[in-house]
Amino acid sequence: MRKTQTATVRTVSAAIFLLVLLVAVPLLINATGRSDLYYTLTSVALLSIISAGVWITFYIGRINIGQGAYALAGGYVSAILVMNYGMSFWQTLPLAGLFCAAASVLIGLPILRLRGVYFAMVSLVLTEVARLLALALPITNGASGIVSIPLPTGISLFGLTLVPDFATVANPRLAFYIAAVLLMALCFLGLYRLAHSRIGQLCQSLQQNEELASSIGVNIAYLRVIAYAISSFLGGVGGAMFASISQSIYPSSFTVADSVNFMLNCFLGGLGYVLGPMLGTFVLYFGWDLLFQTGQFQLLIFSTVLILLMLVLPNGLLSLALPRKRGK
Amino acid sequence: MEQVIANGLYLGAQYALIALGLTLIFALMNVLNFAHGQMYVLGGFVTYTIYGQLKLPFVVALICSGVTLAIIGALMEKFLFRTVIRRSKREESTMLLAAATAFFLDAVMLLLFGEKQRGVPKIISGVFISERVILPYDRILVGVVAILMIAAFMVFMQYSRPGRAMRALAQDRVAAQLMGVKVERYSMIGFALGAMLAGVVGGLLVSITGVNSGIGGPISIKAFLMVMIGGAGVVGGAIAGGFILGMMESVGLATLREYGDITYLAIFALLMIFLSIRPHGLMGKPWG
Repeated sequence: MRKTQTATVRTVSAAIFLLVLLVAVPLLINATGRSDLYYTLTSVALLSIISAGVWITFYIGRINIGQGAYALAGGYVSAILVMNYGMSFWQTLPLAGLFCAAASVLIGLPILRLRGVYFAMVSLVLTEVARLLALALPITNGASGIVSIPLPTGISLFGLTLVPDFATVANPRLAFYIAAVLLMALCFLGLYRLAHSRIGQLCQSLQQNEELASSIGVNIAYLRVIAYAISSFLGGVGGAMFASISQSIYPSSFTVADSVNFMLNCFLGGLGYVLGPMLGTFVLYFGWDLLFQTGQFQLLIFSTVLILLMLVLPNGLLSLALPRKRGK
Repeated sequence: MEQVIANGLYLGAQYALIALGLTLIFALMNVLNFAHGQMYVLGGFVTYTIYGQLKLPFVVALICSGVTLAIIGALMEKFLFRTVIRRSKREESTMLLAAATAFFLDAVMLLLFGEKQRGVPKIISGVFISERVILPYDRILVGVVAILMIAAFMVFMQYSRPGRAMRALAQDRVAAQLMGVKVERYSMIGFALGAMLAGVVGGLLVSITGVNSGIGGPISIKAFLMVMIGGAGVVGGAIAGGFILGMMESVGLATLREYGDITYLAIFALLMIFLSIRPHGLMGKPWG
């Protein structure tokens, strides 16, 4: 009885949260006239999707600093498909994700055998590899990148317009915002389901002790590749969306610093909580934006606050609000 | 060919010194020090200020770089890493802290020294020219100093009392503590030593390549590469990794020149293949 009650509470609060994001926030922004906030919030939503991917790899006990590589790959795949093959952006979105997932299976099979710091270092190197590849390959157009990518076109089914053409809507920023929020909601819903499913439990067993899990009969090699593929899928989707919003993609769109930031987002929000990456991204991105007024001291203050947060709350922000939820 | 080998040795000596500091910190504390490249840059700037601006002798500048970084490293260990290791549930949290300190050092250096590329006058001028090898004298000097420092470091770790204590610590923290090793003090010394190495290399190289506040990250990545090749937490591995990377870079730049800037791409690809065969590098200890 109690269990169903908490479940309903959760569903309702999630629905309210989504409603606030989709209705109240645009109304507020309209009232205050700060339409630049759309771009900020859209970025937060997309970055939190990418960070959610990193969170999954944390869930299987790997420190992933290579998410920038997949975000970059996703962005390029989508951009190339739209520009060179004239596909609709909405078709390329899942394709970019699938491309990244497939690539991550190939890369993950050898490197997922590494653990701890070793995996962290390899994944960091992976980001650099992606940047160098983007510079070297002929199809990616080198350092000048791919620019003036058209806005996403509409989708209509049986004459019914499901998604309007972004080039014709009055406020493309709002359209992107809504698309990003919906995508984020979908992503975290899936993440929540995954973390609380049988596979999620198994993943947690990997986080604690791989040998033990394997001795009980968990197929650890299969599980960690799956988890890594999902993680990269999210990275690719987020990257593709980003390329579409900024209408451009360069080799330097996602660099090592971004990869580190995705990791920081997860840490800051709290690794034990599904919503951790979302909160972490929000706080980090807005914190960074707010500090813009401090000019040259921006990075100094930002990093000092990060260090202090680490000293006070080493287990993430959400460990404040939900201290009892993570069992020993 | 001799030229390529000479370049590789010179690069390898300086790389090995960078990797040594990183691997020392990792061996003692299980901390992957993201700020290592930034420490290197800071060491470079200290030498630039003292040798380039104040016109004091190069040796003094180098010592100042080492001492400054040693103090910073000791403070970082005492007030930041020790606290977080004690409080956090997961030891990966130290990585976030290390990344944050990397940002912090970047910001401080940007404020203090600006974003310009800085160089200093040559320590000694002249170029060594033989039939097959052409090397400027200052490069030879830097290479020799680096190799001497590596030798000194190894002797220190092997025969001195703190060196023995640190090796014990790297092998087994708890056992070392039971045998009466002052774990906290030697962690601090080790961190300071690792930071000092980074600072000294930075100081050495400012006389050749110069320094700017943006190269910290790339240097860290190179250091990670070397540590991965040799194996994390092993002194011999770091030295081997440094020389191997130096050689590969030198050979790659010589042979792959006509295909464009793909030396590092090739190195990364080789590394991936290598790591799938030997996940812990040449002589690393497995994780966990």
